Amino acid sequence: MAEAVKRKSKREDLPSRRELKTKSKIGGKRSGFTTALLIAPYILSFVVFIVLPVVIAIGLSFTDFNSINSPHFVGFANYIRLLTSDQEFMQKVLPNTIKFALIAGPTGYLLSFLLAWMLAQIPKLPRTILALLIYSPSLTAGVAMQVVWTTIFSGDPNGYLNAILLKWGVISEAVQWLQSEQYLMPIMIIVTVWSSMGVGFLAMLSGILNIDPELYEAAYMDGMKNRFQEIWYVTLPSMKPQLLFGAVMAVVNTFQAGAIGVQLSGSNPTPNYAGQLMVNHIEDYGYIRYEMGYAAAISVVLLLLIYLLSKIIRAILTEKD
Amino acid sequence: MASFQGKKINPKHFHISQLKFYIILLPFAVFMVLPIIYIFTTAFKPADELFKFPPSFFVKNPTWDNYKALFELMAGTSVPASRYLFNSIVVTVLTVIISILLAVSAGYVLSKKNFKGRNMLFEINTLALMFVPIAVSIPRFIITVKLGLVDRFVANILPIIAMPIGVFLLKQFVDQIPDPLIEAAKMDGAGEWTILFKVIIPMVRPALATVAILSFQSAWGNVEASTLYINNESLKTFAYYITTFSSGGSSTITQGITAASALIMFLPNLIIFICMQSKVMDTMAHSGIK
Repeated sequence: MAEAVKRKSKREDLPSRRELKTKSKIGGKRSGFTTALLIAPYILSFVVFIVLPVVIAIGLSFTDFNSINSPHFVGFANYIRLLTSDQEFMQKVLPNTIKFALIAGPTGYLLSFLLAWMLAQIPKLPRTILALLIYSPSLTAGVAMQVVWTTIFSGDPNGYLNAILLKWGVISEAVQWLQSEQYLMPIMIIVTVWSSMGVGFLAMLSGILNIDPELYEAAYMDGMKNRFQEIWYVTLPSMKPQLLFGAVMAVVNTFQAGAIGVQLSGSNPTPNYAGQLMVNHIEDYGYIRYEMGYAAAISVVLLLLIYLLSKIIRAILTEKD
Repeated sequence: MASFQGKKINPKHFHISQLKFYIILLPFAVFMVLPIIYIFTTAFKPADELFKFPPSFFVKNPTWDNYKALFELMAGTSVPASRYLFNSIVVTVLTVIISILLAVSAGYVLSKKNFKGRNMLFEINTLALMFVPIAVSIPRFIITVKLGLVDRFVANILPIIAMPIGVFLLKQFVDQIPDPLIEAAKMDGAGEWTILFKVIIPMVRPALATVAILSFQSAWGNVEASTLYINNESLKTFAYYITTFSSGGSSTITQGITAASALIMFLPNLIIFICMQSKVMDTMAHSGIK
């Protein structure tokens, strides 16, 4: 079939050849069909699995739906319930999500930049090796790493962290790290930051390496004195597009990593809602309690939160142009 | 002028002034890979070393026992571990091929074609870079049900073939190809498909490699489909299989097997990235959002 389309488009292109000289843009009206054909598969899959889920989430959020009976309209009831009577949400889940996002996201992002910047100061071979080591955690799939973290933070004295701390006398008895209200969140943040030097980190490294050296030269001629000024006045402004890309990736990774609390503690909700994030709350209501309408309302709030965050980031990073 | 330091970026040789960066970077890099080294050592630990107290980080007598156990664990049943692995390989290969084809043709159209709504489409796509599938997993589940994909093998593939980041990177990369080159191909009578396969694809190979890696990662580690869309064990993937024995806590017996399978999950990612890292860096230079 592809052959046939190819031949057909070839034939169609023949008359347009003459027009080419007068047309500045590639392809005239006649290639419009092929153009549509080229982009259609992507648009179709994009709409069905990315746009439509968001639309359905918004739609469902105004309904009461238990996945058996058909949904019926309840207006803003779900949102009102979420904001006024869901105690776990207001007292634990929302503050947890904000805390997690505001610590893990920026930490991973700043670390990505600093590491990338330092890597740019050393020659290519050691840079490549070190960059690979730093990047490799982001290659680990969440599921596969669960075993590592659960062993390191295991609650029995045999767990790595317990064994070391007991040996050093820091603690006198084994700590239930992953079941503890106090420690679960910090552990989640560490694990997330650990795996956050991913695509965004590579983009920033590449951005720094591609800055024209003459810019630095000129800046030093103009009286720039030290490396901090160099970063602030030359490096950062020259790599804004990569900074923005890195920031968007940081936001996505942070929210995508949200499920980790449940993975680590092994229960949803997590012990005493300690590391329970919005993503877990959605799954709790959606797949465990089958309150799909309510879960959808949480999804919509989460998506709005992500959108708002990226708006703010964009405003900050495109401000000085 | 004496204080000019700009040449320090991307230096050719070692200089004593770089030492401070090594002092920070080296311990950091070691810290980052410790958990990964742990997977390696644990995967090859014999049972007595797994049980040892206090636990030792390195392995003394490496064995393949954990791998044997992994593949013997379910060997007698209808769905052995190798079946999950086979499913994962098929799913990943197909996902990578389909998603890069979709992304490169969409990237080409968004970069080189002029039509109404083109910029808007690209804007929407850039916005979708922030898409977090896990946030809308319920509607995605409903769609999968309505499309009749439940318990079909393609349910592993279809939901993840649209990659906004792939289209984004490829569009930026196709932008670098000069228009006259494509016009020249047209003059020679090349149709759209010929241009795509003979002109565009050969010139955007670094970006294709990058998108392939990203697509590989998302397909290889994907558990969404096996957990939610598929009930038939023989159609599930290896990443899901790991969750079945790691979710029961971390008893020491399963620890070795889990580490062995974690290594199977991790190694392909690492090897592919090492092979293609220069291409990835090449692509990332054009990754900026303007």
